Amino acid sequence: MSKAIVLYLHVHQPYRVRHYTIFDAGIDHQYFDAPPGERTNNEEIVRKVSEKSYLPTNQRLLKLLQRHPDFKLSLSITGTIMDQLERWAPHVLESFRELTRMGRVEIVAETYHHSLAFFYSRSEFEAQVRMHREKVEQVFGQTPKVFRNTELAYNNDLAYWADQAGYKGILTEGWDKVLGWRSPNFVYRPAYTENIRLLMKNYKLSDDIAFRFGDRGWNGWPLTADKFAHWLSESGEATNFNLFMDYETFGEHQWGETGIFDFLQHLPEQWLKVPDHTFMTVSEAIDNFEPVDQVDVPQTITWADTERDLSAWLGNNMQASAITELYALESKMLGTGDLQLIEDWRRLQTSDHFYYMCTKWFNDGDIHAYFSPYANPYEAFIAFMNTYHDLKFRLSEKGIEV
Amino acid sequence: MLGWELPPNNSGGLGVACYELCKSLAKKGVDIEFLLPYKAEHNIDFMTVTAAYPQDVAEVLKAGIAYDSYKYIFSDGRSEWVDIHGQQELYEHAVDSMICTTDREYDVVHAHDWLTFRAGLRVKQSKGWPLIVHIHSVEADRAGREFGGNPLVREIESLGMLMADRVIAVSEHTKRAIMREYDIPADKISVVHNSINPDDILPLDSDNAYRYLSAMRAQGYRIVANVGRLTIMKGLPNLIRAAKEVVARTPKTLFLIVGSGEQYFELLQLSADLGIAKNVIFAGFQRGKRWRDSYAIADLFVMPSISEPFGLTALEAVGYGTPALVTRQAGVNEIMKNTLKVDFWDVNEMANQITGVVQNDVLRDELHRNAYQEFSELSWDNSAARLMELYDRHLQGAAA
Repeated sequence: MSKAIVLYLHVHQPYRVRHYTIFDAGIDHQYFDAPPGERTNNEEIVRKVSEKSYLPTNQRLLKLLQRHPDFKLSLSITGTIMDQLERWAPHVLESFRELTRMGRVEIVAETYHHSLAFFYSRSEFEAQVRMHREKVEQVFGQTPKVFRNTELAYNNDLAYWADQAGYKGILTEGWDKVLGWRSPNFVYRPAYTENIRLLMKNYKLSDDIAFRFGDRGWNGWPLTADKFAHWLSESGEATNFNLFMDYETFGEHQWGETGIFDFLQHLPEQWLKVPDHTFMTVSEAIDNFEPVDQVDVPQTITWADTERDLSAWLGNNMQASAITELYALESKMLGTGDLQLIEDWRRLQTSDHFYYMCTKWFNDGDIHAYFSPYANPYEAFIAFMNTYHDLKFRLSEKGIEV
Repeated sequence: MLGWELPPNNSGGLGVACYELCKSLAKKGVDIEFLLPYKAEHNIDFMTVTAAYPQDVAEVLKAGIAYDSYKYIFSDGRSEWVDIHGQQELYEHAVDSMICTTDREYDVVHAHDWLTFRAGLRVKQSKGWPLIVHIHSVEADRAGREFGGNPLVREIESLGMLMADRVIAVSEHTKRAIMREYDIPADKISVVHNSINPDDILPLDSDNAYRYLSAMRAQGYRIVANVGRLTIMKGLPNLIRAAKEVVARTPKTLFLIVGSGEQYFELLQLSADLGIAKNVIFAGFQRGKRWRDSYAIADLFVMPSISEPFGLTALEAVGYGTPALVTRQAGVNEIMKNTLKVDFWDVNEMANQITGVVQNDVLRDELHRNAYQEFSELSWDNSAARLMELYDRHLQGAAA
């Protein structure tokens, strides 16, 4: 029986809202065009992440695909980052396309705007999934068959939806409270579904790479490819090791200086040394392995924080009120038929905006602060609400009562 | 301990800080004599409070706030208004005759702000006890940095800090000002943050003293308050300018300004000139229930200071249930993260953030919830413990 590494990387950048004040609302409708040098300048961030992560990583992944016929991986890439790359760094998008042309890179379905729409509006959610599918078909020439929701947010309802929508698989966190004694290193079947399969992230092994790799205080440091391959071999019974992480792990979350690129470069050869070891895309894992059990997830889980729930996005009243108000505009927005206005509204649905308003880690000065371009969660909320006021202003200009 | 004021005869943070520090020090077993330049009733049992004024003076009446003139009544019935410089010289001589010419023994002399520095230096000179000078604010900050302040005051501050065995600053912000303005080396300055005792926050009653404001709130108005001296370093004109922008967008906003000071008429005039006189309410200097209720009635407390060595009022506001917007130029930022923060000159951003709060109760509540969590972990005991360490260091130095 072969054992496969299922490497899945998630590529995403939001359209960050600039320092948008009450003086801008009703006057200037450009929310996402911070001047150069500001921490919310999306163009600069895309260029920086491209240099530090996307380009050097794609270069290595391409070599690996060329060198090892058994090396495969899966990618999800949001509409918001594809749009930004098209505009500011088309050669970077081309480097992703080059990978997929090797035939062993599978693109995973998701919402175009990296939103939490599933929990607020089913029709809006479906529209964004459709938009994303069309974009992926256009850019990469493939139709996604496996679904991942934003932040791997998952519950039985979502599995049921994805099953009905015809997806063969869905991804989520291999959270202990859901799995109990069971291992994430197998294929599962979501409860109340017919055909769909569930792949659950092995968060211990994934986080060894994504979070702990460069941590000199960690007893696994330094993590080398052969050591890691050895850990997998020692893991007992397993069919598929689901290593799910942000693409930006390589070069951005873990800087090049940590040796993360060397690790990536050598992992395939170290793993493939053993004859029945291989790599699989998410679809291949689903096709090759029978589900060992059914997994019941009545409450939403995600891949974030120690709580593995949505509290980082919706845990306080600022977040809850901001997102509720935004979705309350849905029918009026769609009714305008104004594509620019609707697109702005959708860009504001990106989950990152709500994450920046999270206060639960603010007191501890947690590492999460690194991911926020705002001085504090309150300023993130104020800027967001000012864009919301402006959306309403634009609706009212069209004679729509708000 | 050489100090200039203690509650209830205090003009602001200086008196409160001295009082709270001494109380916590006394709890730790420190025996304190506190020398004040005036005589007043204090309900204090944890230390000895002594009035230090010249022997031929029968009584010193404190007229108002720290920087006002005092009325000296002499034993022969004469009376005289003495300005601040005269007072600090009289204080110096009084301390001299009470301490230097007697055989009273102390381990450390701890002097608070420039008004007591000459007295402190005199004691150090004659007795050789270690002198610790405590900087609650510096002249350069009080006067507005571009003016530099009164050169005589600066000279006393400078001399005091040069001659002292140790300089204590109430914040890193103040430490930087001392280094920048007075060229005192960093390793001579220790930061002992001011604090607040959550237990000292008195319970509010349901009947707020601001009856009118309560009624307006019930009608959907939101209240923005400031409590403090109406003086240049407090930056209030910028708050009034921001208020104009806030009111333009959210007309149901009222600004409550509590305090007195030389800028009163200027601020009144400014709010009239900007056409928001009906939205800005000046309540004057308040104590007790009215003072507490000023914080409690507000939806947001704004401290627009140009430079604020510490900024106790922001903590008091949080204690009385109101979140705070403070300028980045305030020391309190070093111990409280969950406040809104703006640069004092950025009137538009101030208006933007105030508007954010008055338009969104969820922001107000979330901000306060998190701030209160930080607030409830504060204590003057920690500051006193830090002081004790510094005392010990200088006592050991003296013994060696």
